[in-house]
Amino acid sequence: MSPTTLNTAERERLLSAYPEVFRRSFWQRWGLAIGVGVTLVYLAVCFVAFNVGPAFVNGRWDRATVYVQDWYSWRAQPRLRFVDGAVQPQWSSRRQYPEGADIAWLRPLADGGYSVIYDGAENRLDVRPARVDVYVDGVAYPVEISSDAAILPEGAPGALVQDGSKVNVDFGFEGSAEIRTSQVFVQRRFLGWANFFFDINSPFWGKSFSELAWLAVSGERVDPARSNIAAMVDDFLANGTWQHADILSKLMQTLVMAFVGTLLGTLVALPLAFVAARNITQSRIANWGMKRLFDFLRSIDMLIWALFFTRGFGPGPIPGIAAIFFTDTGALGKVYAEALENVDDKQREGVKSVGASPVIVNRFGVLPQVLPVFVSQSLYFWESNMRSATIIGAVGAGGIGLKLLEAMGTNADWDKVAYMVLLILLVVFVFDGISNALRSRLIGRTHH
Amino acid sequence: MANATAGNAIGGLGPSAASVMHHYQQQLRTRRIYTLIAIAIFLVALWASLDFANAANSGKFFERLPYMFDFIRNFVPDSPMEIVRAMFDLPSPYDDGSLKYDYTSERVYVTENFYIPHFIYQLIITVNIALIATILGSAIAFVLCFFASTNLVGAGATRWVVRRIMEVMRAFPEIVIAGLLTAILSIGPIAAIIAITVHTIGALGKLFFEVVENADMRPDEGLRAAGASWVERVRFAIVPQVLPNFVSYALLRAEINIRASTIIGAVGGGGIGEVFRLAIGRDHAAKTYAIVILLFVTVIAVDQFSAWLRRRLIGNQSFEFGRGAA
Repeated sequence: MSPTTLNTAERERLLSAYPEVFRRSFWQRWGLAIGVGVTLVYLAVCFVAFNVGPAFVNGRWDRATVYVQDWYSWRAQPRLRFVDGAVQPQWSSRRQYPEGADIAWLRPLADGGYSVIYDGAENRLDVRPARVDVYVDGVAYPVEISSDAAILPEGAPGALVQDGSKVNVDFGFEGSAEIRTSQVFVQRRFLGWANFFFDINSPFWGKSFSELAWLAVSGERVDPARSNIAAMVDDFLANGTWQHADILSKLMQTLVMAFVGTLLGTLVALPLAFVAARNITQSRIANWGMKRLFDFLRSIDMLIWALFFTRGFGPGPIPGIAAIFFTDTGALGKVYAEALENVDDKQREGVKSVGASPVIVNRFGVLPQVLPVFVSQSLYFWESNMRSATIIGAVGAGGIGLKLLEAMGTNADWDKVAYMVLLILLVVFVFDGISNALRSRLIGRTHH
Repeated sequence: MANATAGNAIGGLGPSAASVMHHYQQQLRTRRIYTLIAIAIFLVALWASLDFANAANSGKFFERLPYMFDFIRNFVPDSPMEIVRAMFDLPSPYDDGSLKYDYTSERVYVTENFYIPHFIYQLIITVNIALIATILGSAIAFVLCFFASTNLVGAGATRWVVRRIMEVMRAFPEIVIAGLLTAILSIGPIAAIIAITVHTIGALGKLFFEVVENADMRPDEGLRAAGASWVERVRFAIVPQVLPNFVSYALLRAEINIRASTIIGAVGGGGIGEVFRLAIGRDHAAKTYAIVILLFVTVIAVDQFSAWLRRRLIGNQSFEFGRGAA
């Protein structure tokens, strides 16, 4: 940087030539800083008022890990009960294995016990009625079980913790175990979603993809009445754990809500917008009345419409359609009317000058100008209504939203939540793609 | 009409003009057939959808329609004044000890004898959730958008990743984020704030980077020639151009977020949405109408205020296509 010197005359000339650069008003100079400052103060006040700090400190972050792991992995949770000097596995209601299945990580021992294998033979539990041998990295730590407590051995590593009368064993992601006096509660975690394709009642359960492909193409019929492919599709949809048929039908309901709601809104808003447009309908009262009607429909929250119609029609897609239809008629009507008020008058005059009737004038003089804009706006609304339909579904209009809320309410079905989220994301992306393609064809411009 | 005139004129034309006319009419016919097919497909889809919706609904449309009118007819408060009393937590003369007429017990006392009515308090919470989410969301989207625009970072992996992140944030169902956070942080407004913030980042980020991509790059070239760093170029060449549009979009987003925070409230985020769901579910007509009026007034007030602010801040430089990308 070479030093630059200005003499007084030059400085005065610059100052008088560009006064706005050197003398800015108070707000120009400090407005941004004041705005940012006020915003920060506001956020700080809200931080305190909403108890954000304590909420985060008291949050159940240990559960958060489990919930998030449940999105992409599954837990087998057998209880190994001590009954009459033997060990008996007992499964919860959400069992992932059929009766008498050969489970690679849960092997019976010769003397009536069970071996639970976590991470190779190095990390495992050998469960016997009075004693559990915990192997951590190949070293055995025997946990003795008396009638009133399981006792942690001396010198056990951090993975083993005494918790009251029970001993907790933690193998990280692989799972954990609670050794109690009457049973060992095992949690064994695996990547992926258990029984996603076929539940344990299906003859196709536990088969590898190549076996299934072989069965589908040429194998012996499992069920003589149906072909194997038909049986597979049926069993997949009827999967009791994952409820594919139900979830897909709920997703379809949400799609229908968005589609029909937007379409009906468009069809009703179109003629009404012609009434609301000042340059097309020459009646101030009609213009004003129609615009206020649009404002009214728009300003009542979609939630209110949804709950209102749910009370009337019962839960299902109809209240969802009605809610989207009412809000969108207002919103689309307003946008359409604004577009109509900005049309080029020359084309209308041209059609009018050859003696066409008002309907023909609007059809050939106005509609071709605004139709691309109209369709493009409706497509935008359709996209955003896919999201709205999910949410208003959750407040009672049915569809995938309600299903999501139910699955989240149990706090145990996060894998199903992940599945539904994936489906929703897929549908939203596909529909975004379709509507972008349509829009760019209509108005010759690409958004992405 | 066009067809009829053309048909009459064709007799008086020479052979080459007639062939042009003939060709035109053929094209017109093909186009009309396509239009008709498209309309037919649309109608079939609409009919099938309506049929499916009706079958999936727990009550059938025409069976339930009379009940709908009955519901509207019976869902009236004992007197119009009841709505006012419910809104401002005044004791009701109809009070029989039931929850329906219990307006006073949930007053929020600020001092000894000054209180904020319950519904207005809940409304303040809802509006604040939307405001905080808009501020946080716009701030993060502001930072992200520069990394997503072709003219500033080229077509690199950064841009691709940032854009995909924004897309997922935009499409991710808000109720899932809210539900997951509610399970961890227990019931409260924080879950709603974060859920709406995430969506705001995605939605505004997209609009923001489109604005940045349409910015005039000459100031940038000037700064680059003077040896400015990337941050300096963004700060002095791009930001002054795009800031008015950013503000405009953020204000539109604030309007949308008020609605979103009401709805999220109804599925467990707290605020006026939840109170409303309870009121209409329990058939408390006066309370329901009080909340409807409050929400109606709020939405209109916020719309007007944001339109006024937009006009003041950026004059007539507002634009339309952002409105749709809600």
